[in-house]
This record gives sequence, structure tokens and C-alpha cells, in this order.
Amino acid sequence: MTFKGSKYLSDRVVSLPPSGIRKFFDVASQMENVISLGVGEPDFVTPWHIIESSYYSMERGHTSYTSNLGLLELRQAISERIYRKYGVQYDPTREVLVTTGVSEALDLAIRALVSPGDEVIITEPCYVSYKACIHLSGGVAVIVDTFVENEFKPAPEDIAKRITRKTKAIVLSYPNNPTGAIADRATLEKIAELAKAYDLIVISDEIYDELTYDGVHTCIASLPGMKDRTVLLNGFSKAYAMTGWRIGYVAGNEDIVGAMMRIHQYTMLCAPVMAQKAAIEALVRGESEMKRMVSEYNRRRRYIVKRLNSIGLTCFEPKGAFYAFPSIRSTGLSSEEFCNRLLEEERVAVVPGNAFGAAGEGYVRCSYAASLAEIEEAINRMERFVSRHAG
Amino acid sequence: MRILDENDRIDPATIATMLGVSEEEVRKAIDQLEQRKAIVKYHAVVNWEKVDSDLVQALIDVKVSPQREVGFDQIAERIYRFPEVKSVYLMSGAYDLSVAVEGKSLKEVADFVATKLATIEHVLSTTTHFILRKYKEEGVILDDKSEAKRLVVSP
Repeated sequence: MTFKGSKYLSDRVVSLPPSGIRKFFDVASQMENVISLGVGEPDFVTPWHIIESSYYSMERGHTSYTSNLGLLELRQAISERIYRKYGVQYDPTREVLVTTGVSEALDLAIRALVSPGDEVIITEPCYVSYKACIHLSGGVAVIVDTFVENEFKPAPEDIAKRITRKTKAIVLSYPNNPTGAIADRATLEKIAELAKAYDLIVISDEIYDELTYDGVHTCIASLPGMKDRTVLLNGFSKAYAMTGWRIGYVAGNEDIVGAMMRIHQYTMLCAPVMAQKAAIEALVRGESEMKRMVSEYNRRRRYIVKRLNSIGLTCFEPKGAFYAFPSIRSTGLSSEEFCNRLLEEERVAVVPGNAFGAAGEGYVRCSYAASLAEIEEAINRMERFVSRHAG
Repeated sequence: MRILDENDRIDPATIATMLGVSEEEVRKAIDQLEQRKAIVKYHAVVNWEKVDSDLVQALIDVKVSPQREVGFDQIAERIYRFPEVKSVYLMSGAYDLSVAVEGKSLKEVADFVATKLATIEHVLSTTTHFILRKYKEEGVILDDKSEAKRLVVSP
């Protein structure tokens, strides 16, 4: 009899649904001549000064473990950055933990906070990991949909309706992947009031905070009484084009960060030292390169939104991240049909909106972290596609 | 300006969209920049190694004695009027003018330096450096090493 590994898997893993993106990726990566607007990472290479500083630190022999919390110098730089940008003070010795990307930080936060049966509110469409991490901790993800009519902002009244005695936390991720929505201060103030009234924690994934093009990003931890209630997640992947370095951080209340650190010390030990060195360079000297990339995204953003609207794919103006999230309802196709056929017929990869939750049905995510020439050609191909399929 | 500096073939309508202003404004701004010669010229950056050309380029450090009233300007002008001369910069440091010269052969460049440049009055000395290989030109890296590829689709 052949050995069947699948029968040994844990219940939680068996019941973990596969990522909708994965399926699509397998198809797309087999094809040639594909223009991809399907990528959730910058098209820039990490700025050279950051790469070079990491080389230099390796040459000097910085190749060992660091403190579980991460290099103190990096934690200090992170703490200074948050204070400078948002006026919130975190003690780098107790309230900041360096992680291998926001992905690990999110996993740690959920594992530290969620007991089996606890409910965690998430707003969809959203990044694919929140629901999965909650599931793996035995928690229950309670979905609050967001809508284009409200610019995909989280609606405090909708969140309020879903709060129960079992609710432990709310996950927020603005600027948002996949919609490009941002959460304005007034909205966040109302959510903060809810968190305080119902004694909830807010896990705020602000990985795209620097990529805010219109208006100013509000960090929810900076609102009155919210510093201790907020588990602030951020990292270097998007703003500094450092996705492959796997480096991020969490800032929050000492007890919560301490608990996350306890898990981290047994499972990850510490983030890679070369990535930590690179992150220090990014924070200390990376501002101008980062701003250059942000202004480049902003130009592409204006271009792609205008073009999408002009070819009949209605697209609200995304004010953050690097995604446009046009409606594809005019074609009469479902998100998955649209993406599969677009890929087959025109060799353009965009991601079906429903991969990010049911509220994403009828939309597709187009990343503009691609060169202007690629975006232009992709939209030209989409234009042909849409005119063929117009209902 | 930066958009044009990157790619001068981009049309005004696209620039307007990228900047969130009207096409008319962009056209006007470009016209004005051209008129007051802020935009001097549009040209292609060529990797000459790829077009089977034997062009020879040299950077020449030139020491000169500046003249009363006109300083270095007059002598710089005498040099930059030669079509072989591609650029002339006034430098701080060990020499005064940095002159880039282009010719069809090593001999042609050497001749130019010996007969034209070195003999100009007030030119005290020249040091000629021939360019062996260009790695980066006008901000563009000229090698063809393939860039790392991203995944086609990622969350």
C-alpha cells in the first residue's frame, strides 16, 4: 500500500482553504508572453544603498543570531520613525519586536491573542492571510464587507453590528490590498471608540502607510487611548521594495509584544541579521529613494485609473497601496471567468477580486507596480478584451 | 521634467494624466522650457558597443592659465567649438577643464590633442585618458545581465 501523507494532517490544516491566488498563479506561470498586473510587490529592485549596506555588514562578519527582539539599533530606528511620523512613543527595549515580514508579525499577533472560539472581525476584500491565521489559531473570522459606494472604507456601523461577547479583536489593513482604499481619520476615530467601548484590540496592518497618495495616513495607535489597544504591524517590503528580505516589525503594548516575542523566540528565534542591517539603512538613509518610488507609483496610479475608466471598467480612485480595483460587471463575467479568459485570450494577468473575499466578486485587482509601458500594453489588450465581451 | 528626462518619447497627454493636470498645461510648460532652453535637446542614449562602431572617446584633463577679465570662458569656448569635443566642464582640483573628445580612431583623437588642443595659447598641459569601456551612461546601466524575475501573480 502506498503511503498517503494527507491522512496524517491536522484537522485545522485540512480545513484550511487553498489561496485563490495560488490556483491562478499555477496557470499564469505556465504561459509565455504574459504581461502581469497580478503582482503584489514593487517592480523596483531594493535601492542599491540598502543592498550595499547589507553586503558590507556581511563582509564584516555580521552573520549570527541577534537578540530575539531584533537589533536594538533597528528597534530604536523603528521607534523613532513611528514617533516622527505619528507622534506615538514606543519603548524600543520592550514595545518593539522585529519579525520576518508583516506576515510573521500577523501570525504572532493572532496566536498571542486568539483562543479557540474567539471571534476576530476582518473587513473584506482584504489580504489573504488574515482569515487563514485566525483559522489556524482556532478563532472565528467574522467578515464585514466593504463597498465601492463607501470607497471600500471600513464602515464603523457595520463593524458595530458584528461585535459579540466573543469578539476579541478587529483587523484593519489600510491602505488596503486589494482595493487601494484608505481609512480616513474620522472613520478610524469611530472604530477606536468601538474598540474602547467593547474592550477590543485593533490589529492594524499598515504596511502600505507610506504609499498614501491623497490625504494623510492616520495611524490608529495615535488616536487618544489607542496606543495600548493597537497592535501596529508594519515592515519594509512595500515602501522600500524589500519584499524578498522578509523584514517587518510590530509595535504595541509591552505585554502583548512580550507574548508575541515568546512565540517568536521558539519558532523564528530572530529575523535574519542581514535583513535587519538593511532595514536600519532603509530607515536612516532611505527616505529620498522611497519618496522617488512613491511618486512614480502615483503617476502610474493616475494613468491606470484613467485608462481603466476609459475602457469601460469603472474604477473608483484608489488613494493608497499600488492597486486599482475596477468593476468588471459591464462584461457580465464573474471575476474568475474574467481573469481566466483575459489570461487565455490576451495574456494579461490580473487577480480575481473574490480571491480577497466574497465582497471582491465583480472586481479584479490590477497592480500598477509595473512599468508604464507594461501598464499601457496591458490596458490596450484589456480594451480589446472588454469590447469583445461587452454585454 | 523628470518624466521627460527618463523618456522623451512620452506624449503630453500621458504626462498630463500621470501628473493629474491638463494636456494644455503640459504642452505650455514644455514649450516654455524649450523656448528658454531649459530643455536643450532630445536624444537617444546609445550603447555604441552594440552598433559595431569603432568610435574612440577620451577624457582629457587640461590645465590652462586663466586670463584677465574673461577667466576660463574664452579658452573654454575655443575648445568647445571643435565638433570633436563632446563636452567641456570647468573643474575644481588638479586641472581646470575636463574635455571629452570623440574620434574615429585612436590616431585621430591623438592628432586632435597634439595639433589642436595642446597648441592653444594658455593651455599649459594635457593628460589624455582613453575610455576603454562604458558601464553606465546617463544613469543607464549598459550591461545585459538579466534582471531577477518576479512571480507572475502574488498576493
